Amino acid sequence: MTPQPGKPLLEVEGLSVRFPTRTRVVEAVRNISFSVGREKVGIVGESGSGKTMTGRAVLGLIRPPGIVESRKMEFDGINLRSLTEKQYRSIRGNRIAMVMQDPKFSLNPVMTVGRQIAEAYQVHTRASPSEAKRRTLEMLEAVRIRDPERVYGAYPHEVSGGMGQRIMIAMMLIPDPDLLIADEPTSALDVTVQMQVLAIVDDLVTSRGMGLMFISHDLNLVASFCDRVVIMYAGQIVETCKATELHAAKHPYTRGLLASLPRVDQPKERLSTLTREESWKTEPGVDARVS
Amino acid sequence: MRASPEIALAIAHLDVRFGNGDDMVHAVRDVSLSVNRGESFGLVGESGSGKSTVLRAIAGLARDWTGRIAVEGEELGRDRSKAFYETVQMVFQDPYGSLHPRHTVDRTLGEPGRIHGVGNLDARIVELLQDVGLGAEFRFRFPHQLSGGQRQRVAIARALMLEPKILLLDEPTSALDVSVQAEILNLLQRLKREHGLTYILVSHDLSVIAHMCDRLAVMNAGRVIEEMSVDQLRRSEPTHNYTRQLLKASLGYDRASVDALETFD
Repeated sequence: MTPQPGKPLLEVEGLSVRFPTRTRVVEAVRNISFSVGREKVGIVGESGSGKTMTGRAVLGLIRPPGIVESRKMEFDGINLRSLTEKQYRSIRGNRIAMVMQDPKFSLNPVMTVGRQIAEAYQVHTRASPSEAKRRTLEMLEAVRIRDPERVYGAYPHEVSGGMGQRIMIAMMLIPDPDLLIADEPTSALDVTVQMQVLAIVDDLVTSRGMGLMFISHDLNLVASFCDRVVIMYAGQIVETCKATELHAAKHPYTRGLLASLPRVDQPKERLSTLTREESWKTEPGVDARVS
Repeated sequence: MRASPEIALAIAHLDVRFGNGDDMVHAVRDVSLSVNRGESFGLVGESGSGKSTVLRAIAGLARDWTGRIAVEGEELGRDRSKAFYETVQMVFQDPYGSLHPRHTVDRTLGEPGRIHGVGNLDARIVELLQDVGLGAEFRFRFPHQLSGGQRQRVAIARALMLEPKILLLDEPTSALDVSVQAEILNLLQRLKREHGLTYILVSHDLSVIAHMCDRLAVMNAGRVIEEMSVDQLRRSEPTHNYTRQLLKASLGYDRASVDALETFD
């Protein structure tokens, strides 16, 4: 399947995610539109801004009683809204993969790391067991795991958090997805390892034309790593810009976030804090699609 | 080890080990440092570098250590006295884990007060809540009714109950959003001024250390590999390659420099 040129890989229009509770309806995502091409799109916001729910909605992972509504959700010509659960399964993990935030809860604790990755590969490719093992070891090496043979036979509790995160990334990259949704994939890693893992993903975007949705709360990282940035607040997209222009952002929320960061190169007596305006929640959101 | 009235904390040749035989982990190796009164001293390093273990050894939470630790000129032994905790208190990384989920803020703050016989506890709790910017209305809430930032304020208030002179801060803002981090860092700066505190701050984030501290030590694989002033850091003058690499990585992603990264063990 070769994706169509000229069109974005993923196009989302008017996506909302709601969770009814006993007393009210929580609106996690409110009518957002965005697209992801063969590029790195950073989705930034604080906890509760809806960025993770956006990623989960694209993957069809919002379960009842959660409600997902959209006018359009199209991935490479496929209408995601009309997929059955079975059809979704053939895409999820294969053509769209997601790296979750916490490896502790995403890996099967009673299965060795190697078998889990190999299984992920075999499910989608019908490769032979020996081929799957070879690819798994290759992938572990690609995510800078120094002793792939040992890690292959290890159980998740026997590896560190940073290693667990790299294992997750290896597992998600092994079927060669077209779109990778990475939810804070490197926040548990040390900075140097973080940079190495990002470089692997970066090279995949450049060499294979993979699309990347990079969900993060780290503005500096997104500004230096991504091509485009989408800023979310209270379930809406409040601003979008080129990553290189993030430091000249206009929305008071984005500016407030940037100003609250301590910096090595610019000493400040006091950090500025964010005063949230009620109007940010009611003003119309921004369309972050590019065609 | 220097001994002078200016020194709040002095550590000499500290080694900390966990476990026995083949499973032994030598977490801290021959660490020496001294922190002046009223100073903010940063310990920076990646996970597993031993920075938190140094704090835990000072606080008496890691008991298997050798070397010398002196607080306010007094050498510490294996056990910590009640008086020690009136001088040194600790704030932990995870505000979700460090507060008892079934204790109200009132009970959490009152506990150290009751153990140490603080007079007029009632008024003191209200005063502390105000001091950390929460106000008396938070007094009878449970942790699940508080945001992450509010919980960390409660943890800071609890640490201040006994009017300590030294606060050990173990990644106090790493679990918080950046805007909340800014509020907590500002609060810590104000409390330090008002109460004449000395801080030892552990963080993996060089920009937090640079903002808060006067001097810092960089740790890697259990050792202090470099000690410098924050001014030297700001002028990008670290001498050790590891520190340079850490500084570079903290400024953002740069594809070209990734391949040049070295591994230090």
